[in-house]
Amino acid sequence: MPHSQHPIELLRFNTCGSVDDGKSTLIGRLLYDSKSLMEDQVEALEKSADITGGGQINLANLTDGLRAEREQGITIDVAYRYFATPKRKFIVADTPGHVQYTRNMVTGASTANLSIVLVDARQGVIEQTRRHTYIAALLGIPHLVIAVNKMDLVDWSQARFQEIRDEIEDFLPKLDVFRDVKFIPMSALNGDNVVDASPHTPWYEGPSLLAHLETVHIASDWNLNSFRFPVQWVNRPNNPTDPSLHDFRGLSGQIASGIIRKGQQVVVLPIGIKTTVKDIWSHDGTLDEAFCPQSVTLCLEHDIDISRGDMIVGIENLPGRNAELTARVCWMHQRPLQPGKKYFLKHTTQTVQAVVAAVENKINFNTLEAEETNAPLGINDIGTVRIRTAKPLVYDGYGTNRLTGSFILIEQGTNLTVGAGMLNAPTEAVKPEYTDFAI
Amino acid sequence: MSSYHLDHLQYLETEAIHVMREVAAEFERPALLFSGGKDSICLLRLAEKAFRPSDLPMPFLNVETGHEFPELIEFRDRRAKELGVKLIVRTVEEAFQKGIAQPTPGVVSRNQLQIPVLLAAIEEFQFDCCIGGARRDEEKARAKERFFSFRDSFGQWDPKNQRPEIWNLYNARVNPGENMRVFPLSNWTEMDVWEYIKKEKLEVPNIYFSHERECFRRGGQWLPIPPPHTDATKPDPYAGARPKPTDTVKKMVCRVRTIADMISTGMIESPADSVDDIIGEVSAARVTERGTRADDKASEAAMEDRKKAGYF
Repeated sequence: MPHSQHPIELLRFNTCGSVDDGKSTLIGRLLYDSKSLMEDQVEALEKSADITGGGQINLANLTDGLRAEREQGITIDVAYRYFATPKRKFIVADTPGHVQYTRNMVTGASTANLSIVLVDARQGVIEQTRRHTYIAALLGIPHLVIAVNKMDLVDWSQARFQEIRDEIEDFLPKLDVFRDVKFIPMSALNGDNVVDASPHTPWYEGPSLLAHLETVHIASDWNLNSFRFPVQWVNRPNNPTDPSLHDFRGLSGQIASGIIRKGQQVVVLPIGIKTTVKDIWSHDGTLDEAFCPQSVTLCLEHDIDISRGDMIVGIENLPGRNAELTARVCWMHQRPLQPGKKYFLKHTTQTVQAVVAAVENKINFNTLEAEETNAPLGINDIGTVRIRTAKPLVYDGYGTNRLTGSFILIEQGTNLTVGAGMLNAPTEAVKPEYTDFAI
Repeated sequence: MSSYHLDHLQYLETEAIHVMREVAAEFERPALLFSGGKDSICLLRLAEKAFRPSDLPMPFLNVETGHEFPELIEFRDRRAKELGVKLIVRTVEEAFQKGIAQPTPGVVSRNQLQIPVLLAAIEEFQFDCCIGGARRDEEKARAKERFFSFRDSFGQWDPKNQRPEIWNLYNARVNPGENMRVFPLSNWTEMDVWEYIKKEKLEVPNIYFSHERECFRRGGQWLPIPPPHTDATKPDPYAGARPKPTDTVKKMVCRVRTIADMISTGMIESPADSVDDIIGEVSAARVTERGTRADDKASEAAMEDRKKAGYF
């Protein structure tokens, strides 16, 4: 659906860093200085400042919305904030710094276009910096900002800024490649280089944080290669009054990648039948083409038995199909990942039973090296595991497709989400024995 | 810029449709909470987009405090009929009679009393999921909530132990007696809702538009004067919520920005009588929409406390 006018884009970003690096203060500052705060919010801030803060307004209280967070002065859970400038709309995930809340950071970052990792200029690079940068890379976030905060407390020293920058650039090559990385010296508390350029950093020639967020190129962040359509819901009207709908059989879902056109050949997996897209149905009328991440309903030329969990793909660049999988898993629960234990694995629109066959390695966040181990993965550990599923998955490597290359693990009985997995690329593509559809 | 690109409303729409279809596919007995307010009006259009040409695969559920704006009830009933969807209504009044809920002495507002009524309705119909129109930008406890928000068998929300929600992989598994609340509009702002209403040409109840109404001043808000008490055989349901002789009463040109019931909804003075005017007002607004909600003024944690107890 080409646009005649320039659309307003949406940028999703998250902030992460260690406790007290000033993440919530930074978001508060962005909202405050971009005039996105309303009078009653400022009033509530001032009210809580009088009671608990000795008269000092605490910008972090804007995002720390839970009682326990305000009591302890920390961020426990992801808080989402929304603001807009004339150039863009923004969704901000403020993610916690405590190690025990790493799972929330993964939650906030998994849908982001851009990650901001805060570093306290006095403390420099610590394990949490490496952990969060690593997770942002692992999750395939294309854009990274290293915000060197509290620069006022190191006298705006360019040498200190450069030292931190060098240390991070030293380990960046060990990580999956970011499309771009930006270093910005700032003071979130005082607002330097957050919305407006700071007078204290004449040696810094880059943009303020907001100026960067408004202009970073995100149009190509969605994957328009290799059509993938996980079938989410079979759309079959009961007793329609419109006779033209008597034989309507639609396959509803969200396009995970690529572009589909009316009349295009597709393959239905896992059964491996080739057919043609007869119609792309939407409530607003039929479409000639549709693209990722639109939600549509496809009607196919042939009446094939298709249900939720099947995948419709383009005839070129086929995905893999396997029940033996290798993936990097971020573990999110106190009960460690137990090889041999059965979990539910949700991948695209299907849930299957799965067993972790073995743990191969675990990331050491001090060295960012994968160390061989066969010990179970504990909470907040990230490692490579081998998994066997009760039914083969049709999938891509996470590196090429975030939506068909990811899964979650659910503990049976409690139904808790205990792990997030990113699949390694398949070693070979599925080779369906193409029976062109014939009756 | 590539032409294969969604603007922000199209992005929010496809995300919400995906969430609604996950509900239809993963739950046995879902319901959609439809009040007739602007957010749930958007939910109805999204449900049409997600499920047509099939019937909408879930009934509508609404909990009445008994203090509703009559315009809202009329609109709610008519829309359910037009869409061919079964509407289930449960009331605080019935709950009093059945002994499920007790009036709180000295408190006129029945806002809190919606909680036991909702939980009883969930149990009565064995709903395993309720879709609601809550948005994260409304309030800071809501800002912490997931798309799929798990409630235990007491209907409680545990904000410190929420299931991580990663990518678009929603964990919809619940055990019998447990329940999920699902919020497809999580990422929408008040402005997005009005822009969507404009884009989709959605009808909204006329109390959103400027009209003349007698109001009185209480708690920093202009509250609508309740309808007269006519049935003398019953106690006045609005006792305590009527203006006292000392209260300032004024005929105003006003409208609602957000709707609770007549006791909890502050009217705002406004000449806005079209969706375009409202969009102009929202973009110039200096207070959040919940700033006109008396139910949120109680304390900084008012919403968090109600949600923990099972509120929407």
